Amino acid sequence: MEGNPPIMRRSALAAVAAIGSACLLVAGCSKADDNKNDDNNTKAAGANAATKDVVNASTKKGGTVTYELSDVPDSFDPGNTYYAYMYNLSRLYARPLMTFQPGAGEKGNTLVPDLAASKGVPSDGGKTWTYKLRSGLKYQDGSPITSKDVKYAVERSNFARDVLSLGPNYFQQFMAGGDKYKGPYKDKSAKGLSSIETPDDTTIVFKLKTAFQEFDYLVAAPQTAPVPQAKDTGVDYVKNIVSSGSYKFQSYSEGKQAVLVRNENWDAKTDPLRKQYPDKIVVNLKVNAETIDKDVLAGDAIDLGGTGVQAATQAQLLASADKKAGTDNTYGGRLVYMAINTKVKPFDKVECRKAVQYAIDKVSVQTAEGGPIRGDVASTVLPPDIPGYEKSDVYASAGNKGDAAKAKEQLKACGKSSISTNISARSDRPQEIDAATAIINSLKKVGINASLKQYPSGKYFTDYAGVPKFTEKQNIGLIMMQWGADWPSGYGFLQQILNGSAIGESGNTNLSQYDNKDVNALLEKAIGTEDMTARNSLYTEIDKKTMDDAVLVPLTYFKVLLARPQNATNLVSTAAFSGQYDYLNIGTTKK
Amino acid sequence: MILLLVVSAVTFAIFFLLPRMAGQTADQLAQQYIGKSPSKADILAVKHNLGLDQPLYVQYWHFIKGIVAGATYDLGPTTAHCNAPCFGYSFKTHEAVWPQLTSRLPVTVSLAAGAAVMWLISGVAVGVVSALKPRSFFDRAFMGVALAGVSLPMFFTGNLAILLFTYQWPIFGRTYVPFTENPAQWANTLFPAWCSLALLYSAIYARLTRSGMLETMNEDFIRTARAKGLRERNVVVRHGLRAALTPIITVFGMDLGLLLGGALITETVFSLHGVGQYAVQAIDDNDLPPILGVTLLAAFFVVIANLLVDLLYAAADPRVRLS
Repeated sequence: MEGNPPIMRRSALAAVAAIGSACLLVAGCSKADDNKNDDNNTKAAGANAATKDVVNASTKKGGTVTYELSDVPDSFDPGNTYYAYMYNLSRLYARPLMTFQPGAGEKGNTLVPDLAASKGVPSDGGKTWTYKLRSGLKYQDGSPITSKDVKYAVERSNFARDVLSLGPNYFQQFMAGGDKYKGPYKDKSAKGLSSIETPDDTTIVFKLKTAFQEFDYLVAAPQTAPVPQAKDTGVDYVKNIVSSGSYKFQSYSEGKQAVLVRNENWDAKTDPLRKQYPDKIVVNLKVNAETIDKDVLAGDAIDLGGTGVQAATQAQLLASADKKAGTDNTYGGRLVYMAINTKVKPFDKVECRKAVQYAIDKVSVQTAEGGPIRGDVASTVLPPDIPGYEKSDVYASAGNKGDAAKAKEQLKACGKSSISTNISARSDRPQEIDAATAIINSLKKVGINASLKQYPSGKYFTDYAGVPKFTEKQNIGLIMMQWGADWPSGYGFLQQILNGSAIGESGNTNLSQYDNKDVNALLEKAIGTEDMTARNSLYTEIDKKTMDDAVLVPLTYFKVLLARPQNATNLVSTAAFSGQYDYLNIGTTKK
Repeated sequence: MILLLVVSAVTFAIFFLLPRMAGQTADQLAQQYIGKSPSKADILAVKHNLGLDQPLYVQYWHFIKGIVAGATYDLGPTTAHCNAPCFGYSFKTHEAVWPQLTSRLPVTVSLAAGAAVMWLISGVAVGVVSALKPRSFFDRAFMGVALAGVSLPMFFTGNLAILLFTYQWPIFGRTYVPFTENPAQWANTLFPAWCSLALLYSAIYARLTRSGMLETMNEDFIRTARAKGLRERNVVVRHGLRAALTPIITVFGMDLGLLLGGALITETVFSLHGVGQYAVQAIDDNDLPPILGVTLLAAFFVVIANLLVDLLYAAADPRVRLS
C-alpha cells in the first residue's frame, strides 16, 4: 500500500480536479441530438399576418397554453388592476358587462356585449345607462350571477381605494354621488351607492353626473366583472377569485404562478365570444425576459406583457426573412411625444413653440427610439389605431428631417434669436434619453439650447415633470412623454393630456399645461355626442387645434415587435389591448 | 440576539428613516402604492392602513412586536393575522412577508447548497492540483479558467448556459421542481444554475487554495511529515490542505450565508422563485417591508454562518480549540 508511486495519486487528484473543472468550463457535457424539428408546425403565416387577420385559426380543443411574464401583474383581482394585459387576460375568468370583439388591428376596437345581453341603452341625454344581463349566467360554483354582483364589483373596485387601490377610479369620478360614497367595506348599508340601481336580478342602471356617451367603454373594464359579496375578502380575494368566465383558478401562487382550468359551470350558450379551447392555462410570473423570448420562439409560450421582444432577439428576428415572417410589428396604441410647457417662457408664445416643431429632425428621434420597428414618425396627437385619427402634418418637412429655415423664421416672429431652456426625460429609460439627446442636437442648429434633466420614472409625475410648480421653477420648457389611452377612443386618449381641467398640482399628465377653452369645450361636447362618427370628427378637430397651437411635438407612433409562437392558435393582434394578441381564444396545437 | 436586534434597527432606519431625512414624506411613500391620480383622501386612507401616519419609533415597535408576537392587519372586510414571526406586510401585494420568505427559501437553499458543493469541490481540487504543480500546464490552464470564471458576469454565463443546455441541446429541464417531489428532476433543472454560480465562486476558492497550499507545502512540518515517510496523499490532504483550509472556511461561511439570503442575479436569470427574486421584485415596487425582511434574513444567515465558521475552525485547526 505504502509503496505506490506518489505520481499516481497526484493523477487521481488531477482527475477529481478535471471533473470539477468540467463544471468550471460549463462545457463538460456532450452534445445531445440537435433539436428535433417537428414538421407538423404550421408554416409562418408571414410578417404582420396577425395584424390583418386571425393566424392559425383552429377550433381544436385540448392542451395547455402557457403565458409568461417577466414581471408580476399589479393583481389578478379584476377589481384591482390597471395593466392592459390583465384587462385582456382577466376576461378568461371575469366577464365584464362589455368587451372588445377579438379582431385584427382596429377591428379589435369594436365593443360587444359580454355579460350584458346588448349594448348599454342611454337615456336622459347620456346621463343614465341601462344594461340587461344575459340569462342563465352562473359562477364556477353554479350559483347564479345577478346584477347586484356587478354593482358590488364596481363599488368595491372604485370606492374602497384604501383597500383596492391599484385600478382606475373612473366610476368614482363619473357616478352621481360618487364623491360621497365610502365603499362597501366602510358603508355596510344594503343600499350601497344609490346611483347604481338594480331593479331586478338582470338589470343594472348607472346614473352619471354628466352625459357620457362612451360609457360602454368604461363598463368594458374588468371592474364590472361580477364579484359575489359573500365571497369577497378584500385584498385577499385575489387568492380565491370566483370565476364568471370560461376558466377558473386551479391554483394561485403570489408572485410565481397561476393555473387556470376549464370552468364546468360556464355555459357556451350564454357566451358568443369565448370558445374554451385549451384544457389548461398556465401563467408563469417573473420569468427572465430572454427566457421568455426563447420560449416564444420555441413555440411554447406567449409573452403576457405583449411589450415585444428584447433588443437582441429583435436583431436576430429581423436578420432573416424566414424569422421575420413569424413576427407582428404592430401599433401599441401609444404616442411618443414631447410636451411644450406653455407656462414656461418663451413657450407661452405660439411662434416659439412652432419654432420647436419645425426644428426637430424626427427621423433622428425615431432612430434613437429604436428605428421604424419601434415606431413610425408621428405628426398627429392621436395614433393611427385610435378612432378619430386623421392623417395630417401641419409642420411637414422634407423627409421628416426638420426645417431649420422655417424654424428660424418662427423664432424671429417670436422675437427671439436664441432660447435657453431645459428638457426633462426619465433617467431609467435609455431610449427616452437618446431621443431627448437627438432633439437637443436638432434644436441647437436653430439656436434653441436645451439642457437635459433626468428624473426617475417612478416619480416623474408625482415629484418632477408632473408638478407644474417644479417645471416652472426649474425652467423645464420641454418634457419627454409617452401616452396610451385607458380605452381606445379619442376621449380616452386626449382627455388627460389636453383638458385644462386635468391640470393637477402633482401627478399631472397635461404636461403642456394646455388650457384652451375651445379644446375643453370640444372635449365636453364630444363626450356628450351620441353619434359615433360625429364624435370621432370632433376628436379629429381637437387634434388639429392642438397641433395648430403647437403645444406638443408628436415624435413616433409607438410600435411593438411581437414574435408569434408557432404552436399557438387563433392569434390576432388587437388595437384594443395595445397591440397584444387577444387572449380570449388562444389554443395550442400541442397535446 | 442583540446582534440581530441591532441589525434590525439599523436596517429599519436605512429603509424608513433615510428616505425621510432625504425629504420624502409619508404621503409620497403612500402614493406609490395607489394607482393613477389618487385623491388626497385615498392617500390618507392608504397611509393609515399601512401605518405610515404613525411616528417612526411606533412603526419600528410594531415591526419588532410583530416578529415576536405576530400582528393583525385590518383591511377591508377581513382581518388578516400574521403569525409570529411576522416580518411585516407588503405594501404592494398585501401579503405577509414571512410566508413568502419561507415558501421561497427552499429554492434559494437548493440553489446555494448545490452550487456550494460544486464550487467547493472544484475550487479546492483545482487549487490543490495547481499548487502541487505550480507553473505547469494544469496550473496555467486552471488558473486561466478560474480568472475567466470570476470575471464573467452571471447574466453572461447564466444566459449562455440556458441557451446552450436548455434550448440548443435540451439536456436540462426548464421549470424548477421541488426536491421533495422529484429529486432527479430537481437536480436536472438546477444543474445549469449550479454550474454558472459555481463557476463564479470556484475561481476565488481555487486561487485561495492555491496560494494557501503553496505556502504550507513549503513549511517545515510538511518536510517533517515527508521525512517521516508518510504517504504523499496524507501529506497533502491531512497536513497541507488542512492547514490551508482555514481562510477558505472563513470565506465559504460568508459566501454561503450571503447566498442563502438570496442570489439576486442568478435567481433572476434562471427564473427561480427564490428569496433573491422576491427582493428584486420588492425593490422594483419600492415595497419596503419585503426588502427589510430579506435583508434581515440575509443578516441572520451571515450571523449563523459566522458561528458555524468559528466551530469549524476548531475542527480544522487544533490550535484554535479551547484547552
